[in-house]
Amino acid sequence: MSGVRVLVGTRKGAFTLESDGKREKWEVNGPHFGGWEIYHLKGSPADPDRLYASQSTGWFGQLIQRSSDGGKTWEPVGNKFVYDGVPGTHQWYDGTPHPWEFKRVWHLEPSLNDPDHVYAGVEDAAIFQTTDGGQNWAEMPGLRGHGSGSKWTPGAGGLGLHTIVIDASNQKRMFIAISAAGAFRTDDGGATWKPINQGLRSQHIPDPTAEVGHCVHRIAMHKSRPDTLFMQKHWDVMRTDDAGESWREISGNLPTDFGFVVDVHAHDPETIYVVPIKSDSEHFPPDGKLRVYRSKSGGEEWEALTKGLPQQNCYVNVLRDAMAVDSMDACGVYFGTTGGQVYASKDGGDSWTAIMRDLPAVLSVEVQTLK
Amino acid sequence: MIRVILPWHLRNLARVDSEVMLDVSGQITQRTVLDALENEYPVLRGTIRDHVTAKRRPFLRFFACEEDLSHELPDAPLPDAVAKGAEPFMVVGAIAGG
Repeated sequence: MSGVRVLVGTRKGAFTLESDGKREKWEVNGPHFGGWEIYHLKGSPADPDRLYASQSTGWFGQLIQRSSDGGKTWEPVGNKFVYDGVPGTHQWYDGTPHPWEFKRVWHLEPSLNDPDHVYAGVEDAAIFQTTDGGQNWAEMPGLRGHGSGSKWTPGAGGLGLHTIVIDASNQKRMFIAISAAGAFRTDDGGATWKPINQGLRSQHIPDPTAEVGHCVHRIAMHKSRPDTLFMQKHWDVMRTDDAGESWREISGNLPTDFGFVVDVHAHDPETIYVVPIKSDSEHFPPDGKLRVYRSKSGGEEWEALTKGLPQQNCYVNVLRDAMAVDSMDACGVYFGTTGGQVYASKDGGDSWTAIMRDLPAVLSVEVQTLK
Repeated sequence: MIRVILPWHLRNLARVDSEVMLDVSGQITQRTVLDALENEYPVLRGTIRDHVTAKRRPFLRFFACEEDLSHELPDAPLPDAVAKGAEPFMVVGAIAGG
């Protein structure tokens, strides 16, 4: 019997929500790791019972937890993240050099075919990997070794590598994004990386079209179109159809093109979702109305999706890792808010229901479609 | 035996209910106590001291005998009362969390 499992990371613990294919009744499991920040948890595409979670606090640092039973039980695995060689410096907020310091894991991306192989995006920005189920982690030094690292600057939340997208048709090709450095691509399994920011414009850097320095918030891909990526940048919603060689803006009629999340419908690679946020000075929805915007044309033309979402006095945010889709016949869309709600749509966004509310601030939402 | 009191989150991680009792050989110092603690409970590696520098994490303090030992050298002897097991060595999270 098919079903859906939603993995929710919050400021104070992790939760899993499970439902059958109807997606009407949800069984809540958690909190796991109560009191800890769970930046992200994600399941292995190769083994849906294998989950990984990033657990951290400022007091006790970083832990990685692993589950082999779909989140019912967990065990801590390796938590030693050490940069390769001499870490060097990146730019601090004021432009001065600042030493690279490991702070936390923002994002865990299990490989597509090996549950023991996982990539980790960390702050200060770097990518690590494990091939033994999380016991040992090693930096993939080619990314920071690209040579532009000294120009990377933290965003408000830190210098985090928050997005890792693997090309299912060619797993040596991956895309990552860093706030605030930009997007990068590898074509050789992570040995070397190149910045892919041509076409981005960012007013917060001296040269708005510089090779690096862009605050990319999220990148999404449909697995059937690996050369097409959608990006929610700090400001601007962008699209590339040549694997990042060039980007063009597709913000169109959005009420604001600031935001954090972007995702793609499971069955229609031209249907995409964003949640516009008023501005980087006011991190809440415009007019107090929580609206998901959907484009069925790959951008430019957007429609507001409001049914079931609060349309007055709503001042939550939706953070960059807090939207996901399932792959049921009628695609489900899910997102979590800093107000502790997890909203779900089982009709591609036409209508929404809060399947969980009053959680701690939601940092991440992932979805597993269970066969 | 050396007595160690951990903050709530680390007791949960180590799956201990109360004080930890450690058999520490040689001189009783912060380093030898924490080395013994991490050997007994490997899950605590990196949560009290940095993996690489072995420095105390900045939001943690070390107390014993009603004194703040956080800034003592890691190889300095701990008070006799700790070495004899009369008083615990306490790992304390900074206020407002932990």
